Amino acid sequence: MTDTPLLALSGLTKAYPGVVANDDVSLRIAPGEVHALLGENGAGKSTLVKMIYGLVKPDSGKMEMNGTTFAPQEPRDARAAGVGMVFQHFSLFDALSVAENIALGMENAPKLRRLSHQIREVSEAYGLPLSPDRIVGDLSAGERQRVEIIRCLLQDPKLLIMDEPTSVLTPQEVEILFKTLRKLSAEGTAILYISHKLEEIRSLCDSATILRLGRVVGHCTPAHTTAREMAEMMVGSTLKTPTRAGKTPGKVVLDINRLSAKSPSAFGMPLREITVQVRAGEVLGIGGVAGNGQDELLAALSGEAPCASGMIAFDGQDVGPLGPTARRKLGILTAPEERLGHAAAPDMTLVENAMLTGAAREKLERRGMLDWPAAKRFAEKIIEKFDVRTPGSANVARSLSGGNLQKFVIGREVLQRPRVLVVNQPTWGVDASAAAAIRQALLDLAENDAAVIVISQDLDELMEISDLFAALNEGRLSEPRPAQGLTVEEIGLMMGGAHGMEVAHV
Amino acid sequence: MDLSVINPVLFVAGFLVAATPLIFAALGELVVERSGVLNLGVEGMMIIGAICGFATAVETGSPILGFFAAAVGGAVLSLLFAFLTQITLANQVASGLALTLFGLGFSALLGQRYVGVKPPRLAEVNFGPLHDIPVLGPVLFSHDIILYLGLVLVAAVWAGLKFTRAGLVLRAVGENHDAAHALGYKVVRIRTLAIMFGGACAGLGGAYISLIRVPQWTEGMTAGVGWIALALVVFASWKPWRLLLGAYLFGGITQLQLNLQGAGVAIPVEYLAMSPYVITILVLVVLSADKNAAPASLGRTFHASS
Amino acid sequence: MVRLEKRPQPSRAFSWATPILAVIATMIFGGLLFAALGKDPVASIQTIFWEPLFGDFAFYYRPQLLIKGAPLVLIAIGLSLGFKAGIWNIGAEGQYIMGAIFGAAAGLAFYPTQSVFIFPLMVVAGAFGGWIWAMIPAVLKVRFGTNEILVSLMLVYVAEQFLASMSLGLLKNPEGFGFPGSRNLQQYASAHNGELIAGSGMHWGVAAALIAVIFAYVLLTRHRLGFAIRVTGQAPKAARFSGVNPTRLVLFCMGVSGLLAGLAGLFEVAGPAGQITIDFNVGYGFTAIIVAFLGRLHPIGILLAGGLLALTYIGGDIAQSQLGLPAAAIQVFQGMLLFFLLAFDLFTQFRLRFGQAEVI
Repeated sequence: MTDTPLLALSGLTKAYPGVVANDDVSLRIAPGEVHALLGENGAGKSTLVKMIYGLVKPDSGKMEMNGTTFAPQEPRDARAAGVGMVFQHFSLFDALSVAENIALGMENAPKLRRLSHQIREVSEAYGLPLSPDRIVGDLSAGERQRVEIIRCLLQDPKLLIMDEPTSVLTPQEVEILFKTLRKLSAEGTAILYISHKLEEIRSLCDSATILRLGRVVGHCTPAHTTAREMAEMMVGSTLKTPTRAGKTPGKVVLDINRLSAKSPSAFGMPLREITVQVRAGEVLGIGGVAGNGQDELLAALSGEAPCASGMIAFDGQDVGPLGPTARRKLGILTAPEERLGHAAAPDMTLVENAMLTGAAREKLERRGMLDWPAAKRFAEKIIEKFDVRTPGSANVARSLSGGNLQKFVIGREVLQRPRVLVVNQPTWGVDASAAAAIRQALLDLAENDAAVIVISQDLDELMEISDLFAALNEGRLSEPRPAQGLTVEEIGLMMGGAHGMEVAHV
Repeated sequence: MDLSVINPVLFVAGFLVAATPLIFAALGELVVERSGVLNLGVEGMMIIGAICGFATAVETGSPILGFFAAAVGGAVLSLLFAFLTQITLANQVASGLALTLFGLGFSALLGQRYVGVKPPRLAEVNFGPLHDIPVLGPVLFSHDIILYLGLVLVAAVWAGLKFTRAGLVLRAVGENHDAAHALGYKVVRIRTLAIMFGGACAGLGGAYISLIRVPQWTEGMTAGVGWIALALVVFASWKPWRLLLGAYLFGGITQLQLNLQGAGVAIPVEYLAMSPYVITILVLVVLSADKNAAPASLGRTFHASS
Repeated sequence: MVRLEKRPQPSRAFSWATPILAVIATMIFGGLLFAALGKDPVASIQTIFWEPLFGDFAFYYRPQLLIKGAPLVLIAIGLSLGFKAGIWNIGAEGQYIMGAIFGAAAGLAFYPTQSVFIFPLMVVAGAFGGWIWAMIPAVLKVRFGTNEILVSLMLVYVAEQFLASMSLGLLKNPEGFGFPGSRNLQQYASAHNGELIAGSGMHWGVAAALIAVIFAYVLLTRHRLGFAIRVTGQAPKAARFSGVNPTRLVLFCMGVSGLLAGLAGLFEVAGPAGQITIDFNVGYGFTAIIVAFLGRLHPIGILLAGGLLALTYIGGDIAQSQLGLPAAAIQVFQGMLLFFLLAFDLFTQFRLRFGQAEVI
């Protein structure tokens, strides 16, 4: 590496009440280097980059840029020093145009007309076609990411921070992105690349720093390290892969026939003629880039958005127009993606959250009157069987960590002995051991003759547990195919290839 | 009944005056809502503006100073709302109601000495020969400076929101406060300023009622204009020019029912008097379909927890 | 620097302490306000809070506490159900007026017939009047998505005009020498909501308020519907997911609050007020909003808060006659109470941290 690094962090520490997010973290990035920051959820990656971007101030330690002290008070300072950041969430304005969004992220933004011109130039130079006048809410996930990247590029960054950039992309789109990033790196821009996807890091990054529980636990050169070695550094123990005995699926339990539905929200995705059958004992994995109808499909199956008669049959019985409670009584249970606020009420206790979906099947309710002691027993059973770490069932849902709450939410449905279970992103933002436990629970459920549908954006997860695989793309579901033996290219094409985006010519 | 007593020229001139308090109050609220805050205290800020303006005008003899005081009074009261919702993160609906209840009481307290007093009159703007044009003269060129200020303000807010960077930032904060925060914008500061602007506008609107439209002071004299202003913002889909149109529509209805009362139409006075409220409801029903125009963060509490 | 930090669990202690802190702060700042008006602050506060309960004429004022408190509690209980679910009926004043008009009209229609069925019929009519008035914003909300806050409030002004029209027209006392206002129901035995125990202030409205408190308590803690209300208020999506039908919930909450406000109006017109007049309504519908919040939207809390606000009404009247405190000062006092409550409520969900500042 070069003598003066572009960015050098030494001894950065940041503590929040009850948790040390970063503990004595040191790191060096050279100009043009693609540096991976690797770690599980909660390892402290986000806090670290927020300090570099000026959103959070370190308790102690120091940062240097090109050999001089760097202490951004706010994102503006960081941007002025040449740091650009592409966020994973929360940084675009749906109702505003591409150009307006980009102007908001710049100091001294030029007049909109000039800016639009610059956007076109940069987007062509880096193979990221994008029209400045479009409303961001109408863009696909990949295109939205381009808005953020272009916003950074327009300011000539010396360091580009990318937070989990590929979680919203198809494999083909990832290739386009990587070409752009390699071009940037060749031009001397350093890239700090946050991810937990090891194969990507091996193909893209020059070096890697691995964080665990807020501390640096190792550095490596990804090209010379196996994915398994990196994974074990990240997790700190050897991983157990879920197991299941092979089993022949039984009769069709859930029959979805040309399911179409409008999206309830303004920038949502309508469902278009989805047809699929799921048998008892079978796991159907549904992949696809976020925003292609996942939430809408879950709502249609849970009964939150009842659909027309004849579109969904359960054991041969038409359940299309039924609401959530009636479907639960039959045995169709679901767990939506958003844990806090959708699957669980944040400020309610675990007992109340157990009541939330358990009332009908666990007989927690008699003629409208609620049986709280029974709900408490049910909540405690979930806590015990699913190893939910919490001081007790009287704690509110939002006091639990993401992984523990997710175990609670999945456990709540699994323990109600579903005939059909539909889950959306069951392990998103969950640490590896909790994720493994959740996957095992889903497989065990299928062992016991339930039909399981797993909607996820984590392709590795889907390949690991699915019997059948299908992909959602623009609200349409591809023909399901046996998961075993599918190649990455085939999966990518099922997911819609590069979404009709123009392929980069770099 | 004699409809011929309604003079069309005076009627039009009258409804321009009737619409002005609405224009001010609704325009202020429009800016507040565009920043993502729902302030239901418009009525309270208006009535405080009405009494502050009235008292100051009477004491100093200057209506212009009165309007100035009204804007300050409305803005100061709105700071209470800003404190509750932006600093102590209280529910915006409840805080807005509190502001209205408090404002109504406090204005009554302040106004005790001013019941039955006549305020100094604000002179018309001198347009010279324009004033003497038949029909157009009395309709368009025979008003006070504040009425014209209202129109200028509509144009200014429209241009400010659409073309300036401050307007873009304001809209961005109202659209997605988390994203705006992540980009380094001061959400709380921007919203507080917007709330104060809304308070000042509501105060001006209130003073226009007590100093020009009525002109005298009675308790609770805003009589729901603040609430109609809130409805008007929805009606206008958060767009300034549509708001102006809506204000004229309501001003016209108010003026018409007053004129009909004067003309002794066979409809009882009470039913004429309730017509602006009924029509507000009808308008809300007809226009409620277009909800997507609302700022996405409207009414949500912001707390930077990271 | 001071900064806010969200508590992992809402603080139970603060949830109960907040109203008390708010009352204390209101007394202090209210005292300052009274001092600014040139009144002795200590004497004013004492007159308002002590005189009605333990003063020389307490025997007269204590029953008044029930009379003033009953409509406040009755209305606030209804409002609290909706507020808990994020459904904002703020037009209780209008529903109160319509309840009184419907109830009084039902009774006056039979004048001067005497029958035990007349009063129950009036109760039903009063409840219906309030209910139907609340159903207007409710139905418009579920059918067209109109904002219930604005519609219910607009209907207050419509109801006030309707009240004026009724007391000058249809319901005007034919033997009233041309004065506006209906016949006095206190002089019509079958329609009179008199005291159940003489001199106690206890009338049917007080009984109804107590029943409403118990009903709301059971509903919120034990019944599915109450649970649905609480979940909807805290996490609407989670409520939908659990099977709550939002349309039905809006109709239920608005309906119940309208019904209770209508009942309050009926008991008032048939009892303490006696007749329909132009200025029949005195703002109970709006004060009840303060009562509902001050009572933390909890039935028992509302009962206590209703008593407290009734006390400020009565104490305010005494202060007005004895100290010359303006009537509006009490209104300011009540408004302040809500302000302080909302501000102190912060500490239920957050705690203050002193120390290094965060970039916000």
